[in-house]
Amino acid sequence: MSRSLGRMSADAAQQRTAPAAASDAASDGDFRSYYGRRVLKEPVWEWLVPAYLFTGGLSAACAELAAGADLTRRPRLRKATRLGALGGLGASTYLLIADLGRPERFHHMLRVAKPSSPMSVGTWLLVAYGPGVGAAAVAEVLPSRLRRTWLGKLLGALARPAGLASAALAPGVASYTAVLLSHTAVPAWNEARDRLPFVFAGSAAAAGGGFGMVCAPVDEAEPARRLAAVGAVTELVTSRQLDERLGIVSEAYRTGKAHRLRQWSEYLTAGGALASLLAGRSRTAGVVSGLALLAGSALQRFGIFEAGVESTRDPKYVVVPQRRRVDRGEQA
Amino acid sequence: MTVSRESFYGPLDDVSGDAGYTEHPERVGFFTDTSVCIGCKACEVACKEWNLLPDDGFDLLGMSFDNTGELSANSWRHVAFIEQPAPPRESAPAREADAVDLGLPSFDLPGAGTGEETRTDFRWLMSSDVCKHCTHAGCLDVCPTGALFRTEFGTVVVQDDICNGCGYCVSGCPYGVIDRREDDGRAWKCTMCYDRLGDGLEPACAKACPTDSIQFGPLDELRERARERVATLHDRGITEARLYGEDPNDGVGGDGAFFLLLDEPEVYGLPPDPVVPTRDAGSMWARAGVAAAAFAATAVSVFFGRSRR
Repeated sequence: MSRSLGRMSADAAQQRTAPAAASDAASDGDFRSYYGRRVLKEPVWEWLVPAYLFTGGLSAACAELAAGADLTRRPRLRKATRLGALGGLGASTYLLIADLGRPERFHHMLRVAKPSSPMSVGTWLLVAYGPGVGAAAVAEVLPSRLRRTWLGKLLGALARPAGLASAALAPGVASYTAVLLSHTAVPAWNEARDRLPFVFAGSAAAAGGGFGMVCAPVDEAEPARRLAAVGAVTELVTSRQLDERLGIVSEAYRTGKAHRLRQWSEYLTAGGALASLLAGRSRTAGVVSGLALLAGSALQRFGIFEAGVESTRDPKYVVVPQRRRVDRGEQA
Repeated sequence: MTVSRESFYGPLDDVSGDAGYTEHPERVGFFTDTSVCIGCKACEVACKEWNLLPDDGFDLLGMSFDNTGELSANSWRHVAFIEQPAPPRESAPAREADAVDLGLPSFDLPGAGTGEETRTDFRWLMSSDVCKHCTHAGCLDVCPTGALFRTEFGTVVVQDDICNGCGYCVSGCPYGVIDRREDDGRAWKCTMCYDRLGDGLEPACAKACPTDSIQFGPLDELRERARERVATLHDRGITEARLYGEDPNDGVGGDGAFFLLLDEPEVYGLPPDPVVPTRDAGSMWARAGVAAAAFAATAVSVFFGRSRR
């Protein structure tokens, strides 16, 4: 190889990512990489996982409302949310198993209990949470013919304690998924570790409240409206922090598909929360705002998921913060 | 077995002992000295042959001689090729400043000179990458089935009859090593030839390496050898030589497979300062606990107070 050719290739292989260097030179500084390739592997999870984040949160918030409705004698809110809790759990179970590379081996999750793995913790949490949700929901829809049998009577007696037991575990179900995402090397999820539990808990509350507003009559839905309002405000406030306070990684939340999804989530969540306040006794307005809150919660999960995927595609999210740490001589 | 704070982060002297082995051989590892790598890819081939890894397609990537691209479920060794301007050397022969090489044929036989006079202002970096077999392995920590385990040699191996393809390890690895195989659904990565180690053989890649760029042995011995090698290179004026992954105080407690590099790690596609996510497990669960408590408190409080019935 001649010297001049060598120099040419050397120029071509400056080991910089041209687009990144051009667009972010000012904010992030220059960084070096191997032909602009990713450093980390993209998550192998597909849409099923963010969908589970939504259904799991929905189920948990419904379980809370169901237990409260049971104790405060709101039978129609109780019935709707008990069924919602089971529906959300059923969907979650399907989504979690379908996302496996080897779905027929799903039960291998049950061969160990491993505190260092949030997925193992979550598996056992769901195993403990599920039966109570199932019993309470089945008791709700048992045909009156079967209610008179001894099994039906047993189920009727068990419904309240079962619902309360699942409600006790529901906060864990609603918030552990934040650790599930943050306990990874994915920059956008890992860097958000201090805030994600609040976004997820808020998003779950907004979804469950929204579900209650859609399915229960207005005169029983007051607790659902309140839960939705508190959840929506929490979600809106904490979600904004992801856009602003995570350094360079915030860019993964502020740009591209993640941004578009989360922008729509914000519109729907804010709109749904406002509409529920103004709706008063209108059932139609309640249903519309409930649906908006549900959609806003789902889009939030998909947006956060997408930000994580994007933060593994572009090497700058890995290299720039780590290089800065090394150059400053800081301990990791 | 005791689970201490050191089990999740920081230096750990006896990694197999921490995993529960009472009697075990000493920890082994790889020292990949990239200063003598010639880019022959014998390691990639030997690994594929010994471990019966499937083909990963015929791609021409346009990245120097690298057509493998990265470590994957089917490539457990990956040789990186970097073309770049050589750093200036004090010992380099003075060049005529204005001479322009037109690339015309000369009278010398190609390759006739082998000394310093053949050095140009261009250099090639080659490096054979592999799973780091971390002291605190992100993949192993998050595996929910126990398919990933710590061997008696201190290495990290996936059991293919247990793995259900949840994919958590893929996102748990701060080096981007382990991956799920498309048509198979399970996660795969370097085993440091676990089957060969049991028989007292060295891993296939180290066996095949013609320049001893890949050295296999007890980790402590390799670390000492590597420090000596860096000192030698520094004496010879190669001041950019540095070790990567050798320090037990780094974010993963030190790698079982570490490297001697001639440029920053990110130039080779390696993260400059990786940290095992498990370091923050405690604080993450604490935050989730606060969020869960707030969620529960809200759920209770919405049922109190005057209702707009």
